Amino acid sequence: MSKPKIFGLMAEYETPQDLYHACEKVRDAGYGAWDAYTPFPVHGLEKAMGLRSSLVPWIVCVMGFTGASLGFLMQFWMSAIDYPIIIAAKPFNSYPAFVPVTFEPGILLGSFGAVFGMLGLNKLPQLYHSVFNSKRFHRVTDDRFFIAIEARDPRYHTEDTRKLLEDTGALSVEEVED
Amino acid sequence: MSHYIPPTHEHDLDPIQGRTALVQGDPSFSEITEVVARPIEMPHKRWILFFLPALALLSLLPVSLGWLFWEGVGVWGNNVPIGWGWPIINFVFWVGIGHAGTLISAVLFLFRQKWRTSINRGAEAMTIFAVICALIFPGVHVGRVWSAYWLAPVPNQMQMWVNFRSPLLWDVFAVSTYFTVSSLFWYVGLIPDLATMRDRSKTKIRRMAYGFFSLGWRGSARHWVNYEAAYLLLAAMATPLVLSVHSIVSFDFAVSNLPGWHTTIFPPYFVAGAIFSGFGMVLTLMIPLRVWFNLEHIITRKHLENMAKIILLTGSIVGYAYSMEFFIAWYSGNEYEAFVFQNRAFGPYAWGYWTMMSCNVITPQFIWFKKIRQSPKALFVLSIFVNIGMWFERFVIVVTSLHHDFLPSSWDYFSPTIWDVTLFLGSFGLFFTLFLLFLRYLPLIAIAEVKSVMPRANPHWVDPDKAAANKERDSHGTSGDFDSKHDDDDDGTSDADSKVVVKSDEPKDEEPDAKDEEPEARADDAKDEAPEAKADDAKDEEPEAKADDAKDEEPEAKADDAKDEEPEAEADDAKDEADAKADDTADEPASTDEDKKDDGDDGDLLFSPPPVDASKKEGKDNE
Repeated sequence: MSKPKIFGLMAEYETPQDLYHACEKVRDAGYGAWDAYTPFPVHGLEKAMGLRSSLVPWIVCVMGFTGASLGFLMQFWMSAIDYPIIIAAKPFNSYPAFVPVTFEPGILLGSFGAVFGMLGLNKLPQLYHSVFNSKRFHRVTDDRFFIAIEARDPRYHTEDTRKLLEDTGALSVEEVED
Repeated sequence: MSHYIPPTHEHDLDPIQGRTALVQGDPSFSEITEVVARPIEMPHKRWILFFLPALALLSLLPVSLGWLFWEGVGVWGNNVPIGWGWPIINFVFWVGIGHAGTLISAVLFLFRQKWRTSINRGAEAMTIFAVICALIFPGVHVGRVWSAYWLAPVPNQMQMWVNFRSPLLWDVFAVSTYFTVSSLFWYVGLIPDLATMRDRSKTKIRRMAYGFFSLGWRGSARHWVNYEAAYLLLAAMATPLVLSVHSIVSFDFAVSNLPGWHTTIFPPYFVAGAIFSGFGMVLTLMIPLRVWFNLEHIITRKHLENMAKIILLTGSIVGYAYSMEFFIAWYSGNEYEAFVFQNRAFGPYAWGYWTMMSCNVITPQFIWFKKIRQSPKALFVLSIFVNIGMWFERFVIVVTSLHHDFLPSSWDYFSPTIWDVTLFLGSFGLFFTLFLLFLRYLPLIAIAEVKSVMPRANPHWVDPDKAAANKERDSHGTSGDFDSKHDDDDDGTSDADSKVVVKSDEPKDEEPDAKDEEPEARADDAKDEAPEAKADDAKDEEPEAKADDAKDEEPEAKADDAKDEEPEAEADDAKDEADAKADDTADEPASTDEDKKDDGDDGDLLFSPPPVDASKKEGKDNE
């Protein structure tokens, strides 16, 4: 049996405070392929990790305007082009009356953009992930905080990386299989 | 429940903000998880006692609908001038109830009202189920339900499109969008908590079900960045959406040319009324649930009080709108308008009008009294009146405006039939069935969100016991200079420390008989929580026995917990709390990392019960 492939090293922390400072150290050590795992969003962690801001707003913006445009075009086409009927002596293109049904599809598609954009950027659903191989990782959704530095990072070195993580005040550092 | 700490000191202060803490008793993160997950993992027998009646009520729904489909809308009390009747009243009633959920989840989120985290999950569930109930009514009110799809702009046998100039059509878009967006919002909020449930699962089916729906969520910080952006944007979009929905519902009335409906005040008045009724329903649901689920430290009285204040505000807006309608009826000089309003207050439906006025205008004014808004019982009664009053509001608007139309020969009186009543009760059955299923399988509290608003979730929070220990060592009177290890880059720290110290000096007046069942705990200065004393009755959740079981249940949960490292964590948290509260911090070593590892050995320090004072007993009585 060949040796199992290694996903990386995973360090466990007890508090968001410990994790926060550990992230700053890992960030400053120059790692790229690493991540922190927390039970809830720790505010400011993206700075400590040096992450860029999310792309979700752009997706929402595009989707929202697409939805609103489609909503308006649908009404315009149905009321003024495909089957124009005079109702209550209103013009075929009664655009002020089209506002609500322009607004609602805008919100609808914008929300789809937010939810599915978020899932897409996060590559979810992804039911299997190497981090779940850790014996301790199940507490990440309860009360523990983790950092995993992946073996594919060019700076990854089993001993040095382990030492770095141990020096950040980790409760434990373990090697996780891929 | 877990390390449930009853809300003994209502004035538990947030060490950073100095305000009343959102979560009372300073529980650890895992204690929050425990207390929320417990009713799902070990459901109480009482659940079925509620579920069966709900199912019975629900059974009225298919019966009434079946008879309606077979016989036609003639089975209802609707008649010629009053074509809308109960179905539309019920539709507006249910949609209105839904609005509080979105208000809590979206509007309060945008306003950074952190207290929303304790109630948003339940309120959003309420929204979705209420909107499902609402959608039934216009769907069946069309009469020929097999043609209900004509409501949507899809090709049909008439070869015609829908009329986009009609508010009724706007309503189709508004309510269906509202339902979809609310469901998405709710689901996005659920993902991290479903992952929590997955990771706690003991059985394979549970693990697979929760695992599937949690989409493989692993709490990655890179994911949270996108997640939070998406959540914020959903809130930002749901806010105008919720305002638009009830505005459009009010357009159904206001855009028509009917005295009594044709008023410009309708949109804001309907939105305020919707929020009013929705918060009424949230209180109706949450006040018993917080007791039954032992969540009184998460849904505190402060939360109830805040909701009561919103009821007071929106109730007053509604009262203002009622009087303004009358004023305009007179001021406009329009005799038909004036007649409708006189007829509303003094005509054949005066009973409905004055029921509405007393429930919606007078009832909320009691909230000005602090005693009433701090009493869950009083608020519960009040919320029932709000629910009733808001149903009558829609009744008054629909029926009194229609029953005397422009042709006196067609004037008629409206009386509902039994099928109106059974359909309405059936919709309540649907609502409660769905809500009970939600309580049974999904976490009632947004676990991740509640954790994130706790002071200890702040990356710059300083552990009080370490701060105190450091303080001893440094003998610097002020803070901020000794905690460089923990806070090298923060400005809010000094605040934190000074407040923390104040907190640790809080007097503890213990009341021995409140804790009879735990001699050990009492004996050792609120530090020693003996598991064996409580391992025996883990499931007793009767409200009256709450004082006991809140604590009693806990250790067994820990005992059979598969997490092997749990006791260690508990010990740590426990010790932190204990030391924060006890004054004798001198013997605590100042070192931090060492300290952390050593703590694990003290397995007996599971957690420290907070001081119990007289207010606790009072509190129980009030609830």
